Formats: sequence, structure tokens, C-alpha cells
Amino acid sequence: MNRVLRVNPIACDAHGVCADLFPEMVTLDPWGYPVIAPGPVPAGLDEHARRAVASCPTLALRLERERPAGRTS
Amino acid sequence: MTAIRSAGAPGHQLPPGQLPRLVAPGAPLGLPAHAARYGPLPAQPQPAGAAGPAQLIAAVERAGLTGRGGGAFPMARKMRAVTAAAARSGRGRRRGAAVLVANGAESEPASGKDAILLRQSPHLVLDGIALAAAAVGAATAYLCVDGADPARAGRLVAAVAERQQAGLPGPAVRVVELAGGYVTSEESALVNFLNGGRAVPVYVPPRPFERGVGGQPTLVSNVETLAHLALIARYGPDWFATVGTRAAPGSALVTVGGAVSRPGVYEIGLGLPAGELIELAGGAAEPLQAILAGGYFGGWLPLPGGAAVPVSPPGLRSAGASFGAGVMVAVPAYCCGLAETARVLRYLAGQSAGQCGPCTFGLPAIADALAHIAWQGRDERAAEWLRSLLPLVDKRGACHLPDGAVALVASALRVFAADLGQHLTRGPCPAAGRPPVLPIPAMNPGGRA
Repeated sequence: MNRVLRVNPIACDAHGVCADLFPEMVTLDPWGYPVIAPGPVPAGLDEHARRAVASCPTLALRLERERPAGRTS
Repeated sequence: MTAIRSAGAPGHQLPPGQLPRLVAPGAPLGLPAHAARYGPLPAQPQPAGAAGPAQLIAAVERAGLTGRGGGAFPMARKMRAVTAAAARSGRGRRRGAAVLVANGAESEPASGKDAILLRQSPHLVLDGIALAAAAVGAATAYLCVDGADPARAGRLVAAVAERQQAGLPGPAVRVVELAGGYVTSEESALVNFLNGGRAVPVYVPPRPFERGVGGQPTLVSNVETLAHLALIARYGPDWFATVGTRAAPGSALVTVGGAVSRPGVYEIGLGLPAGELIELAGGAAEPLQAILAGGYFGGWLPLPGGAAVPVSPPGLRSAGASFGAGVMVAVPAYCCGLAETARVLRYLAGQSAGQCGPCTFGLPAIADALAHIAWQGRDERAAEWLRSLLPLVDKRGACHLPDGAVALVASALRVFAADLGQHLTRGPCPAAGRPPVLPIPAMNPGGRA
């Protein structure tokens, strides 16, 4: 099953741990907030993704099932 | 569909193809005048899985009604999402499993259509609330309005009481006043406020249709959308589509402002060419250079080139602008479009709830960069810097404030490209110093965290 990384932008406090632990998919913007590479987490990088999620001090980073496109509002 | 149509009063309908539908000229319509103009409220669909609710949703779908609050989302899909979520929660067959929120807060500064609709035709909105609530199984409804006009809520409470006395069916409707602020009427902010929190957007999912007010599946809909629904329930989808286009059926309220002879709220068939809308509003009061279409989440439509563009969600979208909540501000040729946009960006940056980093820091940075171009200029790299900021903010907040602001800037850079070149090389045009045309409310500290 495809998994995507998602940040809750309200919870995120720009600690930047995710970019340290998972630079393959996470970079930081000029203000220190994570920019996530688009698309699902490649199979081989699952472990890195899980570690970054587990280490987020504000629990803002989540690994989620890919949601079908289209929003209801 | 015939069942829905016959539920109204046959022979008693507004003539097809004729406007206005929603807002009659003259005095506000009390309940007797409302019933005389529109006919009686159609028979309430039966609760508990009877054919009624599904038929109304099907009629709304066939009519092609989309949300008039800015998103232009198909209303029937939204209603189905709420009923499906209510059914999933195992309470769908019980009345009262869902909640309806009618959004009349109208936080778009240049918009006035919801205020006019609520003043002139309160019972059409309340009909829509009653019908939509029955269709999605909501026993509770909230009608949210801007608290800036203290008399507005009082008039609506009186209208609700008038209906109860007349024995009209419908859910308990609570009228709720909101403090101003651009993001307070965003749908998740409304729900958070009604749940006892602050009127600021929250992180979704769960979206309101899944878990909204009181944890119940919640239908959040603009008041104008509900008024259209009340007419579709009476006269049917075919009647609805006798104005508008195939891609954008029906009518819509638009607020026309700026340099036109008769600024105000007009009801148009969707797809009316932008130039004809200007004529409807009395014509240009000055030579025009562009229309800000869609409000402060919208985009610029250049004139005269854009005069043939259909005023509708798909029409304006394909022209790089937006319909939004139907705001159209005509900007005269003597203005500087970059300076106008820069002032709006400063306002939008101030409206951030301060919750999400990219919005909190990115919008002021974009506003600074655009102000630098508008009023200082002579800096060839300034546009490059501004353009590099846009993707760092776009779609990176919990609500659409950052996306809307970025879209407006991108459209200004495109439409005012010639001015931009001048500003970058020779410095600001003399027009940059003129007083603003686009209305900018006094900064409201209520929007800030």
C-alpha cells in the first residue's frame, strides 16, 4: 500500500528533525518548515520515514495512506 | 424529478429565464410576501430513508448547483457526503444525525451579496435551510452572519420566530454572529467556533462532512447556495437551468464594485460576458484596465481583452481568474495594478491566523517583496525573488489563505507584466502613489492568534 508523508502545518513548530532524519524526502523552507517531496514514500525508504515520524517533537509528521484525489470542500 | 416539481405549487412559479430570482426589488420580503412571490414551501421530504431526501439531492445534482460561497463545489456531492457519513456513523436513519451550517458571514471585503440576500429574502434562505436539513437528516441548523451589523442577527431571529408561529416545518435554527476576519468563515473555522473554539481554521481531515459540529457529520453551505436549493425544490432543475450555461447553469449574485456608474449587487445568469456585467452596473465610470474577479482569492482579468470572458466559475478559471463568491471590482486605467495587489497582500498577510509557519512567515515576505516592486522598484532581481517565494507558500497551510494569496500575486505578475518591467527597470509608475481602489478593511486583530 502506498504511503505518503503529511505535515500538520498547525502542529509543526519548525524543529527540523524530519529534515535531519529523512533528507531524501524532506527539505526545509527559508523559515525552517518542512517541504515534503511529492508522491508516495519509496518502498526502500519506509524505515527512514517511520523514524522521522516517530521523532517529530510535536507529532506533526504523519505517514498516511494515499488519499484519493479530490476534496469535498 | 417530477415528484419534486409537483411538490411545489404548479402554476405558481417565477417565470423561467427571468431575473432576478433571489432578491426582489423593493422592500424586504416578510413571510406573506415571500409566500406570494415564490409559492408555499414544498412538502417536506419524509425522514428515515423515504424517497424525498434522495429526490431533492438528485434534483440539485441535475440542476448542476454549485456552491456560491467561493469554492464552486457541486452541492449534491456535498450533501451526499454528509448523508453517507451519517449513515456510516450508524445513526443515519435517525433524524438529527447531521448538522447544517448556513454560512452568511461573508468575510470577503469587496462582497456584499450575502448581506443583501439575508436582508431582502431571509425566508428564501430559511426555506433552503429547512429543505437541505431534511434532505441530509439534520435536526439542528446554524445560520452564521457577520456581527458587524448588530441589527442583522435580530432581524433573522425574528424571521425564524415568524416561521415557527406560522407552523412551517424545519429544524431549530440558531442565528450566530461572528466577529470579522478573513479566515473566520472558512468552513473548518466556523465548525471550530460552533464547537466552542476560536474562529480559526483547523487541520483536516476529518473534514466537517465527516466530523463537524458536536462531532456530527456537518453540511456547511453558503446562504445563497441554500436559496437556490429552495427554488430548485419548488420549480425543479429544468427551471433552474433556463438561465446560465451548460457548464455553469443557473444564476448567481455578484457584487460589482470599483469604477462603474452603479456599483452594487446584481443577479446574473452565469456566463454573462464580463463586459456586459460592467454595462449592467451602469458602465465604466472611468476608462478601465482590469477587473479583479473572485475577490482577494481571485485573479485579474485584463480589459478590454477579457470583456468577452464568461462570468462563471469555469469561464473565469480558464481565463486565469476566479469566480469566487462573485466579487468583480473594476479598476481604472489610472491605477497601478501592482500597487493595488500589494495592498491586498499586506491585508491578507495580516489576516493570517498565525497558526501555520509558511503562511505566518511567507505571506508577509511576499507582501514585502511585492511592496518593494510596487513602490521602490529599480531592482531587476526583485521579481525573481518574489516568484521564488510563491511555491514556498502555496498549499502549505491548513486553510486556503496561502493558496488564494499566491494565486492573486501570480495573476498580477502575468496581467501587469508590462508594468512590472517598468517598475523593475525605471522605478514605480506615478499611478502607484494614487489612493487605493480595492477596499481594504481596517486591520482586524481578531484574525490573529
